Amino acid sequence: MYRIDFNKLRFLVCDDNPHMRRILRTLLHSFGAREVYEAEDGATALEMFTHYVPDIVITDWAMPIFDGLELAQMIRQPDANGNPYAPIIMLTGHSEKRRVTMARDAGVTEFLAKPISAKGLYQRIMNVVTNPRPFIKTKNYFGPDRRRNTNASYVGPERRTGGKVEILQQPSLMDKARIPG
Amino acid sequence: MAKPNLPAPDIKAYPDHHVISQPNPLRHVVQYVEGDEPDDPVARAERALADLSGEFEAWMTVECNRLAAAYSAMLKNGFTTAAQEELFRAAHDIKGDAATFGYAAAGAAAESLCRIIEHAPDMTRVPADLLAHHVQAIQAIVREQTTIDRIGVAETLSARLRSIADEYLTAVNQDRPEHLEAVLAPSIVPGD
Repeated sequence: MYRIDFNKLRFLVCDDNPHMRRILRTLLHSFGAREVYEAEDGATALEMFTHYVPDIVITDWAMPIFDGLELAQMIRQPDANGNPYAPIIMLTGHSEKRRVTMARDAGVTEFLAKPISAKGLYQRIMNVVTNPRPFIKTKNYFGPDRRRNTNASYVGPERRTGGKVEILQQPSLMDKARIPG
Repeated sequence: MAKPNLPAPDIKAYPDHHVISQPNPLRHVVQYVEGDEPDDPVARAERALADLSGEFEAWMTVECNRLAAAYSAMLKNGFTTAAQEELFRAAHDIKGDAATFGYAAAGAAAESLCRIIEHAPDMTRVPADLLAHHVQAIQAIVREQTTIDRIGVAETLSARLRSIADEYLTAVNQDRPEHLEAVLAPSIVPGD
């Protein structure tokens, strides 16, 4: 079986709730992580993201000043400082389908609905480490490939043109959001 | 710190998009181990969470006090955008945290309150009792957890509040299809 050497990973956790940050820190340290940086709002997180260059970002959605969705959009700037390809795990109390879609379109890599569990968090981290997706850059999107729909005949308004249709053999973000957290 | 040294990406250009692939930059942290891992990291984390559980009651009390303060401020200062946002954030945090802290029924009532704030067309026209009962129920569930949870009162109370809130939101959103769809849509969270 495969395992992750967590002590080689650098995490940035962004949540305005100190209790949830404590829970996340406890879980990540228990997995073996040593470098866990914490921010309580999106602005601080963006500054820390540029400064510490984390391997993985775990962010809440609802936060004051600017939220987790805006943070994801700012990280996913191809020419910005920092690593625009960094995996972003959105950990949120929002649990509606349209929220998952919004997170996906902001460039979020994985979605984990609260309540949090050790297993759910570990699975999301394992997936971003072992199954990175190619990035897509279009006129209005830069982020991990969103094409995880196995319906090859899909003809939605945002269907990309040119090149053969490649379907990533991974469940959609919506299906993964349904996996018990 | 400077911009990270990322592996050179492979970029394929198409008429309306680019596909950018790069060697997995985190490949070095993945290890193969024979058989089952003797020290399962998930089990280790669950034990650490259990060790932390002695603090959960105090944390929930803090969250409830924050909710009550936000509600009081809204009653005192009016239904301003800032007041509504603070009430929403307080309820939303309880929705997200409460089940982890062992107060699932409080989380369910908080979710119902979040839905009212998010989908009511005009907060000033939401029946005052509906908001008050949600806030009071969350406080009561947390305060009386050890006595009422044994007989399922907390779950019944949360379910009843949710039912009344949904009935109200369905009625007031008849001409707002986006909100109506969101109100009627099933949750993506397993077990809901």
